[in-house]
Amino acid sequence: MSIEEKVIEIIVEQLDVTREECVPEASFIEDLGADSLDLVELIMAMEENFGIEISDEELQKIRTIQDAVNYIKKKKGLAG
Amino acid sequence: MERRVVITGMGTVNPVGNSVDETWAALCAGRSGIGPITKFDPARHATKIAGELKGFDPLRYVEKKELRRIDDFIVYALACAEMAVQDAGLVIDGGNAERVGTVVGSGIGGVRTIEREHTVLEQSGPRKISPFTIPAVLPNLAAGQISIRYGAKGPISCPVTACAAGTSAIGMAFRLIKDGYADAMFAGGIEAAVTPFAVAGFNAMRALSTRNDEPEKASRPFDRRRDGFVIGEGGGILVLEGLDHARRRGARVYAEICGYGCTADAYHMAAPPPGHEGAARSMEAALRSCGMDPAAVGYINAHGTATPLNDVYETQAIKRVFGEHSRKLAVSSTKSMTGHMLGGAGGLEAIVAVKVLCDGIVPPTINLDEPDEGCDLDYVAHRAKAMAVEAALSNTFGFGGVNAVLVFRKYRD
Repeated sequence: MSIEEKVIEIIVEQLDVTREECVPEASFIEDLGADSLDLVELIMAMEENFGIEISDEELQKIRTIQDAVNYIKKKKGLAG
Repeated sequence: MERRVVITGMGTVNPVGNSVDETWAALCAGRSGIGPITKFDPARHATKIAGELKGFDPLRYVEKKELRRIDDFIVYALACAEMAVQDAGLVIDGGNAERVGTVVGSGIGGVRTIEREHTVLEQSGPRKISPFTIPAVLPNLAAGQISIRYGAKGPISCPVTACAAGTSAIGMAFRLIKDGYADAMFAGGIEAAVTPFAVAGFNAMRALSTRNDEPEKASRPFDRRRDGFVIGEGGGILVLEGLDHARRRGARVYAEICGYGCTADAYHMAAPPPGHEGAARSMEAALRSCGMDPAAVGYINAHGTATPLNDVYETQAIKRVFGEHSRKLAVSSTKSMTGHMLGGAGGLEAIVAVKVLCDGIVPPTINLDEPDEGCDLDYVAHRAKAMAVEAALSNTFGFGGVNAVLVFRKYRD
Protein backbone atom coordinates (compact mmCIF):
# COMPACT_ATOMS: atom_id res chain seq x y z
CA MET A 1 0.00 0.00 0.00
CA SER A 2 1.36 3.42 -0.93
CA ILE A 3 1.75 6.14 1.67
CA GLU A 4 -1.13 8.04 0.01
CA GLU A 5 -3.46 5.05 0.27
CA LYS A 6 -2.53 4.36 3.87
CA VAL A 7 -3.03 8.00 4.87
CA ILE A 8 -6.46 8.02 3.26
CA GLU A 9 -7.39 4.77 4.96
CA ILE A 10 -6.52 6.29 8.34
CA ILE A 11 -8.48 9.46 7.60
CA VAL A 12 -11.58 7.53 6.50
CA GLU A 13 -11.48 5.53 9.72
CA GLN A 14 -10.69 8.39 12.10
CA LEU A 15 -12.88 11.15 10.69
CA ASP A 16 -15.73 8.94 9.46
CA VAL A 17 -15.61 10.44 5.93
CA THR A 18 -15.83 8.75 2.51
CA ARG A 19 -12.88 7.89 0.29
CA GLU A 20 -14.29 10.25 -2.37
CA GLU A 21 -14.03 13.20 -0.01
CA CYS A 22 -10.34 12.49 0.50
CA VAL A 23 -8.92 14.44 -2.44
CA PRO A 24 -5.29 15.60 -2.01
CA GLU A 25 -6.22 19.25 -1.51
CA ALA A 26 -8.94 18.51 1.07
CA SER A 27 -8.38 20.48 4.30
CA PHE A 28 -8.87 18.46 7.48
CA ILE A 29 -10.71 21.22 9.27
CA GLU A 30 -12.59 23.02 6.46
CA ASP A 31 -13.43 20.10 4.16
CA LEU A 32 -13.39 17.01 6.37
CA GLY A 33 -15.07 18.48 9.44
CA ALA A 34 -12.25 17.82 11.90
CA ASP A 35 -11.77 19.91 15.02
CA SER A 36 -8.48 20.49 16.81
CA LEU A 37 -8.87 17.34 18.94
CA ASP A 38 -9.70 15.20 15.88
CA LEU A 39 -6.51 16.50 14.31
CA VAL A 40 -4.43 15.47 17.33
CA GLU A 41 -5.96 12.01 17.24
CA LEU A 42 -5.41 11.73 13.49
CA ILE A 43 -1.75 12.68 13.80
CA MET A 44 -1.35 10.15 16.63
CA ALA A 45 -2.73 7.44 14.33
CA MET A 46 -0.29 8.45 11.61
CA GLU A 47 2.63 8.42 14.03
CA GLU A 48 1.60 4.94 15.09
CA ASN A 49 1.17 3.64 11.55
CA PHE A 50 4.30 5.12 10.03
CA GLY A 51 6.55 4.83 13.05
CA ILE A 52 7.36 8.54 13.11
CA GLU A 53 7.02 11.39 15.57
CA ILE A 54 5.40 14.67 14.63
CA SER A 55 6.03 17.67 16.87
CA ASP A 56 3.27 20.14 17.73
CA GLU A 57 5.13 22.78 15.75
CA GLU A 58 5.12 20.63 12.64
CA LEU A 59 1.51 19.68 13.26
CA GLN A 60 0.51 23.33 12.74
CA LYS A 61 1.75 23.18 9.13
CA ILE A 62 -0.24 20.10 8.15
CA ARG A 63 -3.55 21.41 6.83
CA THR A 64 -4.41 19.17 3.88
CA ILE A 65 -4.08 15.53 2.95
CA GLN A 66 -1.28 16.45 0.53
CA ASP A 67 0.56 18.23 3.38
CA ALA A 68 0.35 15.07 5.45
CA VAL A 69 1.52 12.80 2.63
CA ASN A 70 4.43 15.12 1.77
CA TYR A 71 5.45 15.37 5.38
CA ILE A 72 5.42 11.63 5.97
CA LYS A 73 7.36 10.98 2.74
CA LYS A 74 9.98 13.53 3.76
CA LYS A 75 10.21 12.11 7.27
CA LYS A 76 10.48 8.55 6.02
CA GLY A 77 13.06 9.62 3.45
CA LEU A 78 15.16 11.33 6.10
CA ALA A 79 14.75 8.39 8.44
CA GLY A 80 15.61 5.89 5.71
CA MET B 1 -48.25 33.34 43.52
CA GLU B 2 -45.35 30.87 43.40
CA ARG B 3 -44.43 29.40 40.09
CA ARG B 4 -45.45 25.78 39.70
CA VAL B 5 -43.16 23.31 37.95
CA VAL B 6 -44.31 20.28 35.98
CA ILE B 7 -42.88 17.28 34.16
CA THR B 8 -43.60 17.21 30.44
CA GLY B 9 -41.08 14.70 29.08
CA MET B 10 -39.20 11.62 30.26
CA GLY B 11 -36.50 9.32 28.90
CA THR B 12 -34.56 6.40 30.33
CA VAL B 13 -32.14 3.61 29.56
CA ASN B 14 -31.58 1.12 32.36
CA PRO B 15 -31.17 -2.62 32.99
CA VAL B 16 -34.89 -3.37 32.49
CA GLY B 17 -35.66 -1.17 29.48
CA ASN B 18 -34.47 1.23 26.80
CA SER B 19 -37.53 3.48 26.98
CA VAL B 20 -40.04 4.65 29.59
CA ASP B 21 -42.76 2.31 28.31
CA GLU B 22 -40.52 -0.74 28.20
CA THR B 23 -39.20 0.06 31.66
CA TRP B 24 -42.58 0.67 33.22
CA ALA B 25 -43.96 -2.60 31.84
CA ALA B 26 -40.96 -4.52 33.19
CA LEU B 27 -41.10 -2.89 36.62
CA CYS B 28 -44.84 -3.49 37.00
CA ALA B 29 -44.29 -7.12 35.97
CA GLY B 30 -41.57 -7.50 38.61
CA ARG B 31 -38.89 -8.39 36.07
CA SER B 32 -35.24 -8.36 37.16
CA GLY B 33 -32.60 -6.75 34.97
CA ILE B 34 -29.69 -8.31 36.84
CA GLY B 35 -27.42 -10.84 35.14
CA PRO B 36 -23.80 -11.95 34.78
CA ILE B 37 -21.34 -9.16 33.97
CA THR B 38 -20.54 -9.13 30.24
CA LYS B 39 -18.87 -5.72 29.90
CA PHE B 40 -15.59 -7.08 31.24
CA ASP B 41 -14.25 -10.38 32.49
CA PRO B 42 -15.09 -10.44 36.21
CA ALA B 43 -13.19 -13.69 36.90
CA ARG B 44 -11.02 -12.10 39.57
CA HIS B 45 -13.79 -9.98 41.13
CA ALA B 46 -15.79 -11.12 44.15
CA THR B 47 -18.93 -9.82 42.40
CA LYS B 48 -19.66 -11.19 38.93
CA ILE B 49 -23.18 -9.80 38.44
CA ALA B 50 -24.63 -6.41 37.55
CA GLY B 51 -27.54 -4.64 35.92
CA GLU B 52 -26.33 -3.91 32.39
CA LEU B 53 -28.30 -2.36 29.53
CA LYS B 54 -29.69 -4.93 27.10
CA GLY B 55 -30.04 -4.51 23.35
CA PHE B 56 -29.23 -0.82 23.55
CA ASP B 57 -28.11 0.54 20.17
CA PRO B 58 -25.97 3.65 20.72
CA LEU B 59 -25.99 4.44 17.00
CA ARG B 60 -29.68 5.33 17.29
CA TYR B 61 -28.59 8.36 19.27
CA VAL B 62 -24.95 9.07 18.48
CA GLU B 63 -22.94 9.10 15.24
CA LYS B 64 -20.13 6.60 14.85
CA LYS B 65 -17.39 9.22 15.02
CA GLU B 66 -18.88 10.87 18.09
CA LEU B 67 -19.28 7.51 19.79
CA ARG B 68 -15.51 7.03 19.84
CA ARG B 69 -14.86 10.27 21.64
CA ILE B 70 -17.40 10.08 24.46
CA ASP B 71 -17.80 7.73 27.42
CA ASP B 72 -20.82 5.44 27.79
CA PHE B 73 -22.33 7.62 30.51
CA ILE B 74 -22.56 10.46 27.98
CA VAL B 75 -24.03 8.16 25.32
CA TYR B 76 -26.71 7.03 27.78
CA ALA B 77 -27.42 10.64 28.76
CA LEU B 78 -27.83 11.69 25.13
CA ALA B 79 -30.25 8.78 24.59
CA CYS B 80 -32.33 9.75 27.65
CA ALA B 81 -32.35 13.43 26.68
CA GLU B 82 -33.49 12.67 23.12
CA MET B 83 -36.38 10.55 24.36
CA ALA B 84 -37.34 13.19 26.92
CA VAL B 85 -37.29 16.14 24.53
CA GLN B 86 -39.24 14.21 21.88
CA ASP B 87 -41.73 13.14 24.52
CA ALA B 88 -42.15 16.75 25.66
CA GLY B 89 -42.45 18.06 22.10
CA LEU B 90 -40.17 20.87 23.22
CA VAL B 91 -38.56 22.87 20.43
CA ILE B 92 -35.46 24.80 21.43
CA ASP B 93 -34.69 27.70 19.12
CA GLY B 94 -33.46 31.28 19.09
CA GLY B 95 -36.60 32.39 20.86
CA ASN B 96 -36.18 30.31 24.02
CA ALA B 97 -32.62 28.89 24.00
CA GLU B 98 -31.40 31.09 26.83
CA ARG B 99 -34.33 30.02 29.01
CA VAL B 100 -33.70 26.29 28.62
CA GLY B 101 -31.01 24.72 30.80
CA THR B 102 -29.46 21.40 31.75
CA VAL B 103 -28.64 19.83 35.11
CA VAL B 104 -27.58 16.21 34.81
CA GLY B 105 -25.69 14.55 37.65
CA SER B 106 -23.34 11.60 37.73
CA GLY B 107 -21.58 9.88 40.59
CA ILE B 108 -18.35 8.92 38.87
CA GLY B 109 -18.43 10.19 35.27
CA GLY B 110 -16.26 8.48 32.67
CA VAL B 111 -14.62 5.87 34.87
CA ARG B 112 -14.24 3.36 32.02
CA THR B 113 -12.33 5.93 29.99
CA ILE B 114 -10.04 6.64 32.93
CA GLU B 115 -9.29 2.93 33.23
CA ARG B 116 -8.63 2.47 29.51
CA GLU B 117 -6.45 5.54 29.08
CA HIS B 118 -4.57 4.87 32.28
CA THR B 119 -3.61 1.49 30.85
CA VAL B 120 -2.39 3.28 27.71
CA LEU B 121 -0.40 5.66 29.91
CA GLU B 122 1.24 2.80 31.79
CA GLN B 123 1.95 0.69 28.73
CA SER B 124 2.75 3.24 26.01
CA GLY B 125 3.45 6.52 27.75
CA PRO B 126 1.82 9.94 28.09
CA ARG B 127 2.07 10.83 24.39
CA LYS B 128 -0.36 8.05 23.50
CA ILE B 129 -3.30 9.25 25.59
CA SER B 130 -6.37 10.10 23.50
CA PRO B 131 -7.05 13.84 23.19
CA PHE B 132 -10.67 13.00 23.99
CA THR B 133 -9.83 11.56 27.41
CA ILE B 134 -10.59 14.55 29.59
CA PRO B 135 -13.87 15.58 27.91
CA ALA B 136 -15.00 11.94 28.11
CA VAL B 137 -14.16 11.66 31.81
CA LEU B 138 -15.55 14.88 33.32
CA PRO B 139 -18.92 14.15 34.95
CA ASN B 140 -20.43 17.46 33.76
CA LEU B 141 -19.91 16.51 30.11
CA ALA B 142 -23.23 14.62 30.09
CA ALA B 143 -24.95 17.95 30.71
CA GLY B 144 -22.45 19.68 28.43
CA GLN B 145 -23.06 17.39 25.46
CA ILE B 146 -26.84 17.66 25.90
CA SER B 147 -26.68 21.46 25.93
CA ILE B 148 -24.51 21.41 22.79
CA ARG B 149 -26.80 19.04 20.92
CA TYR B 150 -29.99 20.99 21.65
CA GLY B 151 -28.58 24.50 21.86
CA ALA B 152 -29.82 24.88 25.44
CA LYS B 153 -28.06 28.06 26.59
CA GLY B 154 -29.62 28.55 30.02
CA PRO B 155 -28.21 27.46 33.41
CA ILE B 156 -26.06 24.33 33.40
CA SER B 157 -24.62 22.20 36.17
CA CYS B 158 -23.74 18.73 37.36
CA PRO B 159 -24.09 17.70 40.98
CA VAL B 160 -21.62 14.91 41.78
CA THR B 161 -23.35 13.70 44.92
CA ALA B 162 -22.69 9.97 44.54
CA CYS B 163 -25.88 7.92 44.65
CA ALA B 164 -28.01 11.03 45.15
CA ALA B 165 -26.68 12.85 42.06
CA GLY B 166 -29.77 12.34 39.88
CA THR B 167 -32.07 13.58 42.63
CA SER B 168 -29.83 16.54 43.45
CA ALA B 169 -29.91 17.46 39.76
CA ILE B 170 -33.69 17.33 39.51
CA GLY B 171 -33.99 19.31 42.75
CA MET B 172 -31.64 22.00 41.46
CA ALA B 173 -33.41 22.20 38.10
CA PHE B 174 -36.79 22.42 39.85
CA ARG B 175 -35.60 25.38 41.92
CA LEU B 176 -34.08 27.14 38.91
CA ILE B 177 -37.47 27.11 37.20
CA LYS B 178 -39.46 27.87 40.34
CA ASP B 179 -37.25 30.87 41.10
CA GLY B 180 -37.49 32.18 37.56
CA TYR B 181 -33.95 31.52 36.27
CA ALA B 182 -35.19 29.21 33.50
CA ASP B 183 -38.44 28.13 31.85
CA ALA B 184 -37.52 24.54 31.00
CA MET B 185 -34.73 22.21 32.07
CA PHE B 186 -33.26 18.87 31.16
CA ALA B 187 -32.82 17.23 34.57
CA GLY B 188 -31.71 13.82 35.72
CA GLY B 189 -28.85 11.48 36.46
CA ILE B 190 -26.73 9.00 34.58
CA GLU B 191 -24.05 6.40 35.25
CA ALA B 192 -21.95 3.83 33.41
CA ALA B 193 -19.84 2.31 36.15
CA VAL B 194 -20.10 -1.42 35.51
CA THR B 195 -16.31 -1.45 35.08
CA PRO B 196 -13.42 -3.45 36.55
CA PHE B 197 -12.22 -0.55 38.68
CA ALA B 198 -15.60 0.54 40.07
CA VAL B 199 -16.74 -3.00 40.87
CA ALA B 200 -13.40 -3.73 42.56
CA GLY B 201 -13.69 -0.51 44.55
CA PHE B 202 -17.21 -1.26 45.81
CA ASN B 203 -16.16 -4.85 46.46
CA ALA B 204 -13.31 -3.59 48.61
CA MET B 205 -15.91 -1.76 50.72
CA ARG B 206 -17.92 -5.00 50.93
CA ALA B 207 -20.85 -3.00 49.57
CA LEU B 208 -21.90 -5.31 46.72
CA SER B 209 -23.94 -8.49 46.71
CA THR B 210 -21.92 -11.59 45.83
CA ARG B 211 -24.95 -13.78 45.13
CA ASN B 212 -23.33 -14.63 41.80
CA ASP B 213 -25.18 -17.88 41.17
CA GLU B 214 -28.62 -16.26 41.43
CA PRO B 215 -28.31 -12.87 39.71
CA GLU B 216 -32.04 -12.18 39.53
CA LYS B 217 -32.41 -12.81 43.24
CA ALA B 218 -29.34 -10.83 44.27
CA SER B 219 -30.92 -7.41 44.83
CA ARG B 220 -33.12 -8.01 47.89
CA PRO B 221 -34.06 -4.73 49.56
CA PHE B 222 -35.53 -5.09 53.06
CA ASP B 223 -35.10 -8.89 52.95
CA ARG B 224 -33.42 -10.73 55.80
CA ARG B 225 -30.95 -12.39 53.42
CA ARG B 226 -29.84 -9.28 51.56
CA ASP B 227 -26.08 -9.00 51.22
CA GLY B 228 -25.39 -5.64 49.58
CA PHE B 229 -26.41 -3.75 46.48
CA VAL B 230 -26.10 -4.81 42.85
CA ILE B 231 -24.45 -2.20 40.66
CA GLY B 232 -26.47 -1.09 37.63
CA GLU B 233 -25.95 1.30 34.73
CA GLY B 234 -28.13 3.84 32.98
CA GLY B 235 -30.43 6.47 34.47
CA GLY B 236 -33.14 8.87 33.47
CA ILE B 237 -33.66 12.43 32.29
CA LEU B 238 -36.84 14.49 32.55
CA VAL B 239 -37.97 17.72 30.97
CA LEU B 240 -39.18 20.06 33.73
CA GLU B 241 -41.10 23.20 32.84
CA GLY B 242 -42.76 26.12 34.48
CA LEU B 243 -46.49 25.37 34.36
CA ASP B 244 -47.12 28.71 32.64
CA HIS B 245 -44.58 27.80 29.95
CA ALA B 246 -46.00 24.30 29.47
CA ARG B 247 -49.55 25.69 29.20
CA ARG B 248 -48.55 28.34 26.72
CA ARG B 249 -47.29 25.75 24.30
CA GLY B 250 -50.09 23.30 25.03
CA ALA B 251 -47.79 20.59 26.41
CA ARG B 252 -49.07 17.41 28.00
CA VAL B 253 -48.32 17.43 31.73
CA TYR B 254 -47.45 14.17 33.50
CA ALA B 255 -47.28 15.42 37.08
CA GLU B 256 -46.15 18.30 39.23
CA ILE B 257 -42.82 18.43 41.03
CA CYS B 258 -43.42 20.45 44.13
CA GLY B 259 -40.76 19.84 46.77
CA TYR B 260 -37.10 19.15 47.28
CA GLY B 261 -35.13 18.54 50.45
CA CYS B 262 -31.42 18.03 50.91
CA THR B 263 -29.46 17.43 54.09
CA ALA B 264 -26.05 16.18 55.20
CA ASP B 265 -25.47 13.46 57.79
CA ALA B 266 -22.17 15.03 58.89
CA TYR B 267 -21.40 11.62 60.30
CA HIS B 268 -19.34 9.17 58.21
CA MET B 269 -18.00 9.00 54.64
CA ALA B 270 -20.05 5.94 53.71
CA ALA B 271 -22.25 4.71 56.58
CA PRO B 272 -25.58 6.30 57.55
CA PRO B 273 -26.05 7.30 61.19
CA PRO B 274 -28.27 5.08 63.38
CA GLY B 275 -31.92 5.77 62.62
CA HIS B 276 -30.72 7.79 59.64
CA GLU B 277 -31.82 11.10 61.08
CA GLY B 278 -30.29 12.88 58.07
CA ALA B 279 -32.65 11.02 55.74
CA ALA B 280 -35.59 11.83 58.02
CA ARG B 281 -34.69 15.51 58.01
CA SER B 282 -34.37 15.42 54.24
CA MET B 283 -37.90 14.00 53.83
CA GLU B 284 -39.18 16.59 56.34
CA ALA B 285 -37.43 19.40 54.49
CA ALA B 286 -38.87 18.26 51.17
CA LEU B 287 -42.42 18.12 52.56
CA ARG B 288 -42.05 21.45 54.34
CA SER B 289 -40.73 23.11 51.17
CA CYS B 290 -44.14 22.66 49.57
CA GLY B 291 -46.30 22.77 52.68
CA MET B 292 -47.41 19.20 52.11
CA ASP B 293 -49.23 17.29 54.80
CA PRO B 294 -47.36 13.97 55.25
CA ALA B 295 -50.74 12.24 55.30
CA ALA B 296 -51.23 13.24 51.64
CA VAL B 297 -48.32 11.06 50.58
CA GLY B 298 -49.25 7.60 49.31
CA TYR B 299 -46.03 6.24 47.82
CA ILE B 300 -42.31 6.41 48.50
CA ASN B 301 -39.79 5.14 45.99
CA ALA B 302 -37.24 4.11 48.58
CA HIS B 303 -33.50 4.44 48.33
CA GLY B 304 -33.73 0.72 49.29
CA THR B 305 -30.28 -0.40 48.21
CA ALA B 306 -30.29 -3.79 49.95
CA THR B 307 -27.24 -2.95 52.01
CA PRO B 308 -27.63 -4.22 55.59
CA LEU B 309 -27.64 -0.73 57.16
CA ASN B 310 -29.63 1.32 54.66
CA ASP B 311 -32.85 -0.64 54.62
CA VAL B 312 -33.35 -0.78 58.39
CA TYR B 313 -32.36 2.86 58.91
CA GLU B 314 -34.43 4.14 55.98
CA THR B 315 -37.43 2.34 57.45
CA GLN B 316 -36.81 4.00 60.82
CA ALA B 317 -36.46 7.40 59.15
CA ILE B 318 -39.76 6.95 57.27
CA LYS B 319 -41.50 6.04 60.52
CA ARG B 320 -40.09 9.10 62.26
CA VAL B 321 -41.39 11.40 59.51
CA PHE B 322 -44.77 9.80 58.87
CA GLY B 323 -45.65 8.37 62.28
CA GLU B 324 -48.86 6.34 62.17
CA HIS B 325 -49.36 7.22 58.51
CA SER B 326 -46.27 5.15 57.63
CA ARG B 327 -48.51 2.05 57.96
CA LYS B 328 -50.65 3.31 55.07
CA LEU B 329 -47.77 4.10 52.75
CA ALA B 330 -46.64 1.94 49.89
CA VAL B 331 -42.83 1.92 49.96
CA SER B 332 -41.04 0.05 47.19
CA SER B 333 -37.48 -0.27 45.98
CA THR B 334 -37.25 -0.59 42.21
CA LYS B 335 -33.53 -1.23 42.75
CA SER B 336 -34.66 -4.78 43.45
CA MET B 337 -35.11 -5.00 39.66
CA THR B 338 -32.75 -2.40 38.16
CA GLY B 339 -29.91 -2.69 40.61
CA HIS B 340 -28.34 0.51 41.85
CA MET B 341 -27.43 2.90 39.05
CA LEU B 342 -25.56 5.17 41.49
CA GLY B 343 -25.94 8.73 40.15
CA GLY B 344 -28.41 7.44 37.58
CA ALA B 345 -30.79 6.04 40.19
CA GLY B 346 -32.45 9.34 41.05
CA GLY B 347 -33.15 9.98 37.36
CA LEU B 348 -35.07 6.78 36.79
CA GLU B 349 -36.68 6.72 40.23
CA ALA B 350 -38.18 10.17 39.70
CA ILE B 351 -39.76 8.78 36.52
CA VAL B 352 -41.11 5.84 38.53
CA ALA B 353 -42.69 8.20 41.08
CA VAL B 354 -44.32 10.16 38.24
CA LYS B 355 -45.64 6.99 36.58
CA VAL B 356 -47.15 5.85 39.89
CA LEU B 357 -49.09 9.12 40.08
CA CYS B 358 -50.19 8.90 36.44
CA ASP B 359 -51.16 5.23 36.28
CA GLY B 360 -52.22 4.39 39.83
CA ILE B 361 -49.96 1.33 39.91
CA VAL B 362 -47.16 0.80 42.43
CA PRO B 363 -44.27 -1.37 41.20
CA PRO B 364 -43.10 -4.03 43.63
CA THR B 365 -40.00 -4.78 45.66
CA ILE B 366 -39.05 -8.17 44.27
CA ASN B 367 -37.06 -10.81 46.17
CA LEU B 368 -38.58 -9.71 49.46
CA ASP B 369 -39.27 -13.21 50.77
CA GLU B 370 -38.77 -12.57 54.46
CA PRO B 371 -38.67 -8.98 55.72
CA ASP B 372 -35.76 -8.30 58.05
CA GLU B 373 -36.29 -7.44 61.67
CA GLY B 374 -37.27 -3.79 61.86
CA CYS B 375 -38.43 -3.77 58.23
CA ASP B 376 -42.17 -3.75 58.79
CA LEU B 377 -43.67 -1.31 56.28
CA ASP B 378 -45.70 -2.21 53.19
CA TYR B 379 -42.88 -2.71 50.69
CA VAL B 380 -45.24 -4.08 48.02
CA ALA B 381 -43.45 -7.42 48.03
CA HIS B 382 -43.23 -9.41 44.79
CA ARG B 383 -46.26 -8.03 42.96
CA ALA B 384 -47.30 -4.58 41.78
CA LYS B 385 -50.51 -3.22 43.24
CA ALA B 386 -53.16 -0.83 42.06
CA MET B 387 -53.39 2.21 44.30
CA ALA B 388 -54.52 5.76 43.63
CA VAL B 389 -51.69 8.00 44.82
CA GLU B 390 -52.02 11.76 45.30
CA ALA B 391 -48.40 12.50 46.20
CA ALA B 392 -45.16 10.53 46.03
CA LEU B 393 -41.60 10.84 47.33
CA SER B 394 -38.35 9.71 45.76
CA ASN B 395 -35.57 9.08 48.28
CA THR B 396 -31.90 8.85 47.41
CA PHE B 397 -28.94 8.91 49.77
CA GLY B 398 -25.29 9.00 48.83
CA PHE B 399 -21.80 8.40 50.17
CA GLY B 400 -20.47 11.49 51.81
CA GLY B 401 -23.67 11.64 53.84
CA VAL B 402 -25.89 13.38 51.29
CA ASN B 403 -29.65 12.86 51.47
CA ALA B 404 -31.88 14.15 48.67
CA VAL B 405 -35.64 13.79 48.46
CA LEU B 406 -38.15 14.96 45.84
CA VAL B 407 -41.90 15.40 46.21
CA PHE B 408 -44.26 14.91 43.27
CA ARG B 409 -48.00 15.26 43.14
CA LYS B 410 -50.77 14.48 40.73
CA TYR B 411 -51.26 17.32 38.31
CA ARG B 412 -54.46 19.32 38.74
CA ASP B 413 -55.31 22.63 37.07
